[in-house]
Amino acid sequence: MLSNDIYVILPELVIVGVAIAALMFGVYSRREQGGNVLTFMALFFVGMGFWVAYRPPVGDTAFDGMFINDGFARFAKVAILWSGAAVLLLARPYLTRLKLLKYEFPVLVALATVGMMMMVSAGDMIALYMGLELQSLALYVIAAFNRDSLKSSEAGLKYFVLGALSSGLLLYGASLVYGFAGTTGFAGISQVITDNGMSMGILFGLVFMAAGIAFKVSAAPFHMWTPDVYEGSPTPVTAFFASAPKVAAMVMLTRLLYDAFGDAMHDWRQLLAILSLASMFIGAVAAIGQTNIKRLMAYSSIGHMGFALMGLAAGNQMGVQYMLIYMSIYVTTNIGVFAFILNMERDGQPVTDIKALGQLSKIQPGRALALAVLMFSLAGIPPLVGFFAKFYVLSAAVDAGLTWLAVAGVIASVIGAFYYLRIVYLMYFGEDADTLNGRMPMLHMAFLGVSAAIMVLGIVNMFGIEGMAASAAASLLN
Amino acid sequence: MVIAALAFYLFAGVAVASALMVTLSRNPVHSVLWLILTFFSAAGLFVIMGAEFVAMLLVIVYVGAVMVLFLFVVMMMDVDFAELKSGMTKYIRIGTLLGIVLLVELVTAIGIWAFPEGALDMRQAVTPAPGDVENTVAIGQLLYTKYVYLFQTAGLILLVAMIGAIVLTMRHRKDVKRQNIIEQIYRDADTAIELKDLESGQGL
Repeated sequence: MLSNDIYVILPELVIVGVAIAALMFGVYSRREQGGNVLTFMALFFVGMGFWVAYRPPVGDTAFDGMFINDGFARFAKVAILWSGAAVLLLARPYLTRLKLLKYEFPVLVALATVGMMMMVSAGDMIALYMGLELQSLALYVIAAFNRDSLKSSEAGLKYFVLGALSSGLLLYGASLVYGFAGTTGFAGISQVITDNGMSMGILFGLVFMAAGIAFKVSAAPFHMWTPDVYEGSPTPVTAFFASAPKVAAMVMLTRLLYDAFGDAMHDWRQLLAILSLASMFIGAVAAIGQTNIKRLMAYSSIGHMGFALMGLAAGNQMGVQYMLIYMSIYVTTNIGVFAFILNMERDGQPVTDIKALGQLSKIQPGRALALAVLMFSLAGIPPLVGFFAKFYVLSAAVDAGLTWLAVAGVIASVIGAFYYLRIVYLMYFGEDADTLNGRMPMLHMAFLGVSAAIMVLGIVNMFGIEGMAASAAASLLN
Repeated sequence: MVIAALAFYLFAGVAVASALMVTLSRNPVHSVLWLILTFFSAAGLFVIMGAEFVAMLLVIVYVGAVMVLFLFVVMMMDVDFAELKSGMTKYIRIGTLLGIVLLVELVTAIGIWAFPEGALDMRQAVTPAPGDVENTVAIGQLLYTKYVYLFQTAGLILLVAMIGAIVLTMRHRKDVKRQNIIEQIYRDADTAIELKDLESGQGL
């Protein structure tokens, strides 16, 4: 019994083992091994991604349904591992420059990744919370990783306090659901709701849990921490925040809603629709006044989470599939954008003001073009991939009868396009600025270029991600 | 039964009263002491429910360790609580308003309080019957078999907390002399004693 369970969770166990081994290696080696551990961990993540993706099917559940390893979870795990690997690879030069390259960084990222893998596989409210807390705690630490910087410490503290508050909300909701349903397992909760209908206590619990998770995905009106934390954290950490944890929290929310509260869809669809609406508009409107590119990306992530939630609010298999596609595209774009932001520097000092991008196209036409493509894609301008991502979730919402939400999404998208296009405008037609003069490492060039190329070439067949997302969504709903 | 009921009201009454005193007392050290009394009363309530293991844990861990640590922190840090509390008067109106709204909401929710059938049975189905095993054994059985996955994850979370505390706060100070035992052991007369010729009538 136990051996079978362990076989199911083997990938997670291997990552934990490697993380602990790396920690020991770092502690006992005489020289600082941060760089080596970091590169090793990134390559290891890539390998783990392949393993998780192509592993022959093992059991679907382990530990009495606390751990679910279906196609939906595997899709998310591969996305998490690969985006984590990409961010780690991108992080090395920046961390070296700021003398932050300690071996603890990759170890914490690895443990956070294990937490995320547990989140997407959680089939029980306790397992969900444990995974979430493992992830969050590691993220709080890396947010404050630049401990000598006031802003980074502030980011870590702010994230910690608000994260603890959201965990409290989540736990309060979970305890209500447990009290009224009599079980913490998703399958059991779903059974109780099917048999007895939705009681007021469970509904209360559901709302609190949704609010707690909305904090984690930074959906409005629970988004207040996002801009400050994104701005204060070291840039590679910001890149990490904007990729893997978002996927994990979104997928976790999806599984909670469909597996545990599938019969209460009528109740949570309106909840998600409102979260989605608020996020899209706050993401679009509040970003207009920002001049710091990291804060801009924070508002951008709030807006994009709104669109992903719209897919969920549709409440059908199509919606889940399009949510997965949306998240994959968003993460890919983000990695490219952050490959650029990581190299925004003047005389060795990181720059985050978008005014510094003025006339960048004259000096670095390649970089400017790639960023322009990514910005167009984020704004959702056809014929780039970002347009199709938005188009899909909008069509899912229309199919599900949420036409008003889809219309609002289009309006928010148009408003949001302003600040994406402003960056493009600055690069091509803006005023001459004290130009950026950092040299971009080949690896970063490659990430930026490939990410931009995917946005253009992906329109042919999306690299087959549609089929994968479809089967992943099907495995969740059946 | 009467004695059990009396004991319950005694412990419950003391718990509520001392919890109130935690927030009302002006001196933070007194607050901590009241909090300890609250924990003791809660432990008494656990014993009445037959959960002696949890009661022990509460006394040993919370009273014995956490609260003593807390007391040290309060006594060592020179926090001006009066100043902290002065901010409270500013927000007392809106705070009271929010509190009343929350209370009304909770009362409304309790008004339509209804457990689905079978929820109680399902909650109890997980644990062994109290008559069969002592509750220490029961907790051990659950923790290391059914919930081993979660138990180990809790260990990982503690590991992350430890790494985080070290990486964020530890600094290697260069100006501190450290003891190197190996160096001390390998020290012999040749390295420890230095002979100098001194001319007579002069210092070193």
